Amino acid sequence: MLKVTNLQAKIDGKEILRGVDLEVRAGEVHAIMGPNGSGKSTLAQVLAGRENYEVTGGTVEYDGSDLLELAPEERARAGLFLAFQYPVEIPGVSNVYLLKAALNAVRKHRGEPELDAMDFLTLVKDKLKLVEISQEFLYRAVNEGFSGGEKKRNEILQMAVLEPRLAILDETDSGLDIDALKIVANGVNSLRSPDRAIIMVTHYQRLLDYIVPDFVHVLSDGRIVKSGGRELALELEERGYSWLEGDAQPAAQSGARAGAGS
Amino acid sequence: MATATHQLDALIAQEYKHGFVTDLETDTIPRGLNEDVIRLISAKKNEPEFMLEWRLAAYRHWLTMIEPNWAHVHYPPIDYQEISYYSAPKSNKDGPKSLDEVDPELLRTYEKLGIPLKEREMLAGVVAVDAVFDSVSVGTTFKKKLGEMGIIFCSFSEAVQEHPGLVRQYLGSVVPSGDNFYAALNSAVFSDGSFVYIPKGVRCPMELSTYFRINAQNTGQFERTLIIADEGAYVSYLEGCTAPMRDENQLHAAVVELIALDNARIKYSTVQNWYPGDKEGRGGIYNFVTKRGDCRGANSHISWTQVETGSAITWKYPSVLLKGDNSVGEFYSVALTNNRQQADTGTKMIHIGKNTRSTIVSKGISAGRGQNAYRGLVKVLKSADRARNYTQCDSLLLGDRCGAHTFPYIEVKNPTAKVEHEATTSRIGEDQMFYCLQRGISAEDAVSMIVNGFCKEVFKELPMEFAVEAQKLLGVSLEGSVG
Ligand SMILES: Nc1ncnc2c1ncn2[C@@H]1O[C@H](COP(=O)(O)OP(=O)(O)OP(=O)(O)O)[C@@H](O)[C@H]1O
Ligand SMILES: [Mg+2]
Repeated sequence: MLKVTNLQAKIDGKEILRGVDLEVRAGEVHAIMGPNGSGKSTLAQVLAGRENYEVTGGTVEYDGSDLLELAPEERARAGLFLAFQYPVEIPGVSNVYLLKAALNAVRKHRGEPELDAMDFLTLVKDKLKLVEISQEFLYRAVNEGFSGGEKKRNEILQMAVLEPRLAILDETDSGLDIDALKIVANGVNSLRSPDRAIIMVTHYQRLLDYIVPDFVHVLSDGRIVKSGGRELALELEERGYSWLEGDAQPAAQSGARAGAGS
Repeated sequence: MATATHQLDALIAQEYKHGFVTDLETDTIPRGLNEDVIRLISAKKNEPEFMLEWRLAAYRHWLTMIEPNWAHVHYPPIDYQEISYYSAPKSNKDGPKSLDEVDPELLRTYEKLGIPLKEREMLAGVVAVDAVFDSVSVGTTFKKKLGEMGIIFCSFSEAVQEHPGLVRQYLGSVVPSGDNFYAALNSAVFSDGSFVYIPKGVRCPMELSTYFRINAQNTGQFERTLIIADEGAYVSYLEGCTAPMRDENQLHAAVVELIALDNARIKYSTVQNWYPGDKEGRGGIYNFVTKRGDCRGANSHISWTQVETGSAITWKYPSVLLKGDNSVGEFYSVALTNNRQQADTGTKMIHIGKNTRSTIVSKGISAGRGQNAYRGLVKVLKSADRARNYTQCDSLLLGDRCGAHTFPYIEVKNPTAKVEHEATTSRIGEDQMFYCLQRGISAEDAVSMIVNGFCKEVFKELPMEFAVEAQKLLGVSLEGSVG
């Protein structure tokens, strides 16, 4: 579904991604861990098409087409969803309005009829239950005055409504209380299916107790320096990242290749 | 944000959609201004003597005045002798009695502008339309129904003929003929406009509406509107305009006077979309307007709501004189400037009576090289015990070549008064844009959404159908249709 090869990216002249290789197939859940500032969010944002980042090398294939050629909104419509580490506030625009516009943009792209207000509300109310958000949130301005945890849950609500093919969750677990973590995990797990894939950026192996990944990768200094299974996260929890430093291998080599098979 | 920026720029660069010229033959007075021209205007309109005298007095006063230059706007000097002070659609010399008599070309023009008079007429009593084409009213509907309630809604010329007593009593009682340079000019030469009188205790059952357009080349537009809400009366009045594309700058100096007696309420809403000029600012309308409301009676209430997207230069400060005890004045404004547009707008709230309250919410949006200035005066006189004002002034910038300026003036002469002022300036954030794009929303819709959200507090003050129009003007699809 997603094949990232030797991806390199800069921001403001500073090299952040130095050759990332990652392959994600439908049905898989991948966790990406790594020290602060290693480039995890950068990778997520580059995949989503943020323009501040300059892609200086490498390729990204998504569902057989060149992802880097697509504008951000085209990527979104093609089923790529990013749950932001820091969701932004949009004053005066109600949550429900943004959600409806987003869903209808995606549906239009898929050649499905746009939903009218009634059908949309029915759909959203269902999803609200899934992430246990009260209906009142629909009518508040997007993320305005939301607590940190509420913002994260709101991202999951959007994901649940948009039903993406590939969801990238950037530290969606940070700042969540235990109950909220379970709710979010529930929401994510309910989306798991053989034709979808999920990439989770996280610092805490605790999340992985709830959403069990197929693969765990360590991103360090702009490269994936180690990949493994579920147990890698436990090892990281015990040993930290320092033992991996120096493990960074030249991007062209396949040692850091992620995922199983090709 | 290269792509997002480009899309933003492309949106901002969109050409004015309503640019076209109708070739109606017009009956135009030769250019220039002197007492003979004023006598001619007055004679053409068959006015009573008091009107001519009033015009002449205004003209003589105007001659002694100097054009103001304190506003934050720049434009080449206007040659007032190069302007023609009267024009009427030729086919309309004797005034049409109904829409059927209106030049079909004119009706088609309105249709192109999305103002389907006929449809509106059919909208079963929702809106009465007093459409003004250039200087003379060409169609008035629902007059009969309103007439049965004692409501007068007609062109200013007609009011002068039919209700000279009311005109004489109230004309110039809020904006004196010598009030300012443009108001004096208007008083001398005004051609037509609207007149509304709502009798005691009557609640006007429909929104009254006037669509203004400017069409004849080089014709200054001098509209005059007078609205009187007698004791306990209520009226909501809508003013909207769009204009055709042209080359030469056009002057528009209107005067609007509102009078609210005891317990009366007037809600005046404007959507203004005159031709702003091309990308270099050529050919746009100069809009120098004097709008003032007089809360003359106790517990009276006047609100101005405006959405200003057009004109090359806007100079406009709808104001309220809060004379009656417990009277309320409100000003809600969205002003958008793009390309080379300049707007210097704001309000004045003059607190005179006791317990008077005023609210000001101003939203300025600047894009391209647009310059947007908010200029507000809150004045609390000695007599105004416990007066209260709340002012909120927000500016939104799109791109980095535009500007926003805020000039709040506060004068308080009564120690029991409370005046609050808040101001913010923000940019459409790249992060907000990206957030919307990442959800699959197009750049165009994202900008609309964000701008619309920014204006929400003002839009919710507009009558429903006008709010829709306002959002369209900002290139926005309907916000809140679900919620
Ligand atoms: N505009 C910029 N100019 C220079 N450096 C930048 C800029 N934006 C981000 N960076 C740097 O890029 C690096 C990677 O940032 P990124 O947000 O991808 O890290 P991360 O792995 O997500 O970290 P965290 O775990 O703290 O979220 C950081 O060192 C950051 O300071
Ligand atoms: Mg991060």
